[in-house]
Amino acid sequence: MNFVALRMLTGDRAKYFGLVFAIAFCTFLLENQTTIFANIMKRTASQILDVTDAEVWVMDPQTEYWEQTKALKDTDLTRVRSVPGVQWAVRLFKGNPVARTPEGKFAVCFLIGIDDATLVGAPRKMLLGSWDRLREPDSVIIDQAGYVLLFPDQPLALGRTLEMNDHRVTIVGISDASAPFASLPVMHTRYSAAIDFLGRERTQLSFIIARPASTVSADELTARIHERTGLRARTTQEFMWDCIRYYLQHTGIPVNFGITIAVALIVGAVVAGQTFYLFTIENLKQFGALKAIGTTNVRLIGMILLQAFTAGTLGFSLGTGMAATFFEIFLHKLATRGIVLMWQCVALTAACIFFVVIVASVLSIRRVLVLEPAAVFRG
Amino acid sequence: MVHAAGNGTGVSCRDVRKHFGAGEAKVDALRGVDFETRFGELSFLVGPSGCGKTTLISIIAGLLDRTGGELTVLGTNVDELSPTERVLFRRKNLGFIFQQFNLLPALTAAENVAVPLIAAGMSRRPAVDRAGALLAELGLGSRLRALPSTLSGGQQQRVAIARALIHEPRLVVCDEPTAALDHGSGEAVMSLLAANAVRPGRTVIVVTHDTRVFHYAHSIASMDDGRIVNVTRPNGARDHSTPLTAVTA
Repeated sequence: MNFVALRMLTGDRAKYFGLVFAIAFCTFLLENQTTIFANIMKRTASQILDVTDAEVWVMDPQTEYWEQTKALKDTDLTRVRSVPGVQWAVRLFKGNPVARTPEGKFAVCFLIGIDDATLVGAPRKMLLGSWDRLREPDSVIIDQAGYVLLFPDQPLALGRTLEMNDHRVTIVGISDASAPFASLPVMHTRYSAAIDFLGRERTQLSFIIARPASTVSADELTARIHERTGLRARTTQEFMWDCIRYYLQHTGIPVNFGITIAVALIVGAVVAGQTFYLFTIENLKQFGALKAIGTTNVRLIGMILLQAFTAGTLGFSLGTGMAATFFEIFLHKLATRGIVLMWQCVALTAACIFFVVIVASVLSIRRVLVLEPAAVFRG
Repeated sequence: MVHAAGNGTGVSCRDVRKHFGAGEAKVDALRGVDFETRFGELSFLVGPSGCGKTTLISIIAGLLDRTGGELTVLGTNVDELSPTERVLFRRKNLGFIFQQFNLLPALTAAENVAVPLIAAGMSRRPAVDRAGALLAELGLGSRLRALPSTLSGGQQQRVAIARALIHEPRLVVCDEPTAALDHGSGEAVMSLLAANAVRPGRTVIVVTHDTRVFHYAHSIASMDDGRIVNVTRPNGARDHSTPLTAVTA
């Protein structure tokens, strides 16, 4: 009877496409909104994740997330280095100076100062130039989005200059740094240059980044550093989640996205579920005839489930394709760069669609099971 | 030529009762029906709307439970069957023809006819082939792949007749088979039904209001207010086993 079920499903093209597209748009909305939300949250930790050399971040005990830094003492670096299991540890500076172009355009930017000697923390994905050139005096590497913001409509080129805190700095590289949460240019320079560009304060050591020895795990090392120095030490992943958690708890972003996602889920579920339910209701007479003819309830349940899962699978696949196309297109736009369709969002959406299909199926099955086959005689 | 009387009882109802609802809302649909059909006969059940005809054939077909009385269908006491056994009994032994045809609109004529075979476990291809052969016998050989929406009312009812007969049931239940058809089509459908459905080992029950087709009946049971009030065996009842080609030509 499977072919009968499928022909019943696809027989009325308008209803069939309506059902499949209802599920597809529900899928698209859910995947779209959850992915954008997850990627925006991930952006809060972009600069942490971009530092691929280090696995451990050390900071002031009160620091909760990337944006919030209280400078460490210079001696803290020595203390961290002395903790057993530290392969190496270097300084990292983070500040927000104003960069100004010769044409007068300016922007607040993220300035990341990396260790002068090792250049640990330099951006690894370069579009133009090389991070080695940071050794040149008063040099910076700027991310592509920042470059376009400060030098609109101009081709990517090295050698352009910026003014920061009365310092004339030269762009020696253009990176493909991950987009930060706030759309500010991301600049990398040497630690010693960074504190010059921002203006000296008594202490300016934002973070210490370290790598554990091969015999020690990052988790173990963070525990040791905290125990021996009293400083807060986090693995890269832990620090990323600290940032995400902070934004979830202290901003309206999750509420706004939550509402959008909930609306997408409710509207999508109601539309898709109701469409399938109505589809079954409109076919009750046919199910009644099949029941009268001698089709067993088990067979009818199988037919409804086959119809539901066929429509659900097609709709979900179509919706996922639409979402993938959407993100593929916007992946290459500067404002939305790095936002990719996450498998977790696809899985979550699949679970939601599965739930909707199951609920709609159960309701439909219930109607068919309680249907009196004698109803077919009533015209 | 008078059709030979049936040999053996196909359906037997004794004091069959059925009520719907309870208390003040209780409605007695059947108030003690005694009704019998014989194999090889076309039994008509007639009466005004609401007299209980449809309720009675629903009970006979096992689609509805009765409230009281005794019922034997094809020699089987249906009370002894479990719900699943009843479905299987129905699938094997009963054929249905509905007033509104109740064909599946997404299936072709041949596929619609094949449904009882497929429901019984036959694979699709041989079932459709067998359905095609039967439809050809019924004069629809050129419309095997037509969807019901492209068929006339008479053609749809012919497809429904084929669907009711494809699995060689021993009891065929027809509910107002000519009600949705004009006189010519109704006559043709009844002629076809009489010629193809009536067999020695089969009993056919037809519920109808259509007095124009009464002459096809071997017996006519009149119902009123939930009871059989009269049973007649019309004089001149004829042999309906006229060759099909003569009917459909």
